[in-house]
Amino acid sequence: MSNITEPRGATKFLLRANAGLVYAFFYVPIVVLVVFSFSDNRNVGVWGGFTFDWYRDLADSEPTKDALWASVQIAAVSTVVSVVLGTMAALALERFTFRGKKVFDALLYLPVIIPDVTMAVMMLVFFSQAANFFGFSKGFTTVTLSHIAFSISFVSIVVRARLAGTDDTLEEAALDLGATRWQAFRHVTLPVIMPGVVGGGLLALTLSLDDVVITQFVTGSGWTTLPLYVFGLIRRGVTPIINAVSVVMLVASMALVAFSLLAQRIRSHDPV
Amino acid sequence: MTALDIEPTQIEQPAAPVATPEFEASNIRQNRRRGLLIALPAYTYLILFFAIPLFIVVLYSFGTRNRFRGTDLANWNLESYRALGDDIVRTVLVRSVTLALITTVICLLVAYPLAYYISTRPPVVRNLMLVLVMIPFWTNFLVRNYAWYVILGTDGPLSRVTETVGIGETRLLFTQTAVVLGLVYGFLPFMVLPLYASIERIDGRLLEASRDLYANGLQSFRKVLLPLSMPGVVAGSILVFIPSLGAYVTPEILGGAKTTLLGSYIVTQFLTASNFPLGAALSTVLMAIMLIATMVYFRKGGRTL
Repeated sequence: MSNITEPRGATKFLLRANAGLVYAFFYVPIVVLVVFSFSDNRNVGVWGGFTFDWYRDLADSEPTKDALWASVQIAAVSTVVSVVLGTMAALALERFTFRGKKVFDALLYLPVIIPDVTMAVMMLVFFSQAANFFGFSKGFTTVTLSHIAFSISFVSIVVRARLAGTDDTLEEAALDLGATRWQAFRHVTLPVIMPGVVGGGLLALTLSLDDVVITQFVTGSGWTTLPLYVFGLIRRGVTPIINAVSVVMLVASMALVAFSLLAQRIRSHDPV
Repeated sequence: MTALDIEPTQIEQPAAPVATPEFEASNIRQNRRRGLLIALPAYTYLILFFAIPLFIVVLYSFGTRNRFRGTDLANWNLESYRALGDDIVRTVLVRSVTLALITTVICLLVAYPLAYYISTRPPVVRNLMLVLVMIPFWTNFLVRNYAWYVILGTDGPLSRVTETVGIGETRLLFTQTAVVLGLVYGFLPFMVLPLYASIERIDGRLLEASRDLYANGLQSFRKVLLPLSMPGVVAGSILVFIPSLGAYVTPEILGGAKTTLLGSYIVTQFLTASNFPLGAALSTVLMAIMLIATMVYFRKGGRTL
């Protein structure tokens, strides 16, 4: 815990002013977007009286619903797979030593820091080569495989942080008391790291639902995800319906964050 | 006699292995095998769907574009790397590095005082402030950039405000300023969080001691606070600079024709120009910058990014 004391006088005033401005900078654009999604004017940034029309249009829009459904399917599969693989990777790195551990650790870090564009290029070139090899057609498979490739790392980082904070004597105790390795994991380790697993899973879900660049490179017909669809709309010419979709996406993201924070809070008060 | 007082002899004891050196060694070996086994699925996945694609991109950067808009990998050469010196490519590179640097510096100047201020708050307020920084980081990046499109547009809210104040209307959309604004908005949380993490760890008594020894505020900042928070400064700068350099969505939405950045330029090489070798060479350069930056960071004693 920090014990830095607050400065006095002008510095204090400047620090407060800066903090206030930063938070305004963070949240004013979001508020503006929400407000204008209810504006009855074809120009997206001009107020023209209150309306629900854009939300009604949105609810009637077949391509939007298709895009949402594509996003949900891809995000669901990629989250489940990356949670399992990422948690296993975290366990292996945090609790065991093995040959090639350092290389694995580095390999696991790369997808986190690599720019989206580079990763997108990698997957595009790889799948264009692999198409001859495995017969992948561009679409659900290629998008999901790519999303898993970057999500594993994020899950494993979150789970590792949780594992590092708990000592392994509990597991040893379980083993000494005659539990099998699986029982020790299932009944001791897993409950302890659960907040990390949930947090990592939600992060993977968010990343998959948000991705534009990588998806754009590897997707095929019929598999336009929601952000990709919105990105296309923005580039073709902005209509107020985009405001409405954006607000829906915003609310969904915020609900996920709230859920994640809540899950961590409840779990961290567990007696374990 | 309670249930806990059972005589030890009454329990069926499995033959406890004696901790001989041979047993220890076999135990370690077994553990290593188990560790590798648990790591194996993710390991295999990342080799197949990350390491190999990475390798293929590097391979492509040495290839040649053929007449059929494809890529010949035989006769590898350095042509694409030589093309990095061409005027167009150089302009894009210089512009990207400049804008990414400006973005990083602005983030640093804004985030440092904020991170410092957060760490002086009582724990409850501190957590709330951190959550409020993290929420934008979790919300959709595309949507956050689009919000600025709405604000900056002609006749948009910002223009209205400046007109009312009397400065006249603003025309920021599709300019480099708009791109920098979008990048700062997108990546500011990446700067605040590592800065906070490293400032929070500093022992406040060191700052007090420097003041007791007659350092003024500025001296105490320069000689004590800043050096101690350097890991956060470097980590935050890397986390902002690298994605800014490779940004694609922000310049596409907020930038205009004259704001092509490295990210967009790479995308064009692949999706429109079909010049895979040049795009691959640019990606390789981007990756190299990223690797060097992170390696320097970890060498200098940074632990987490």
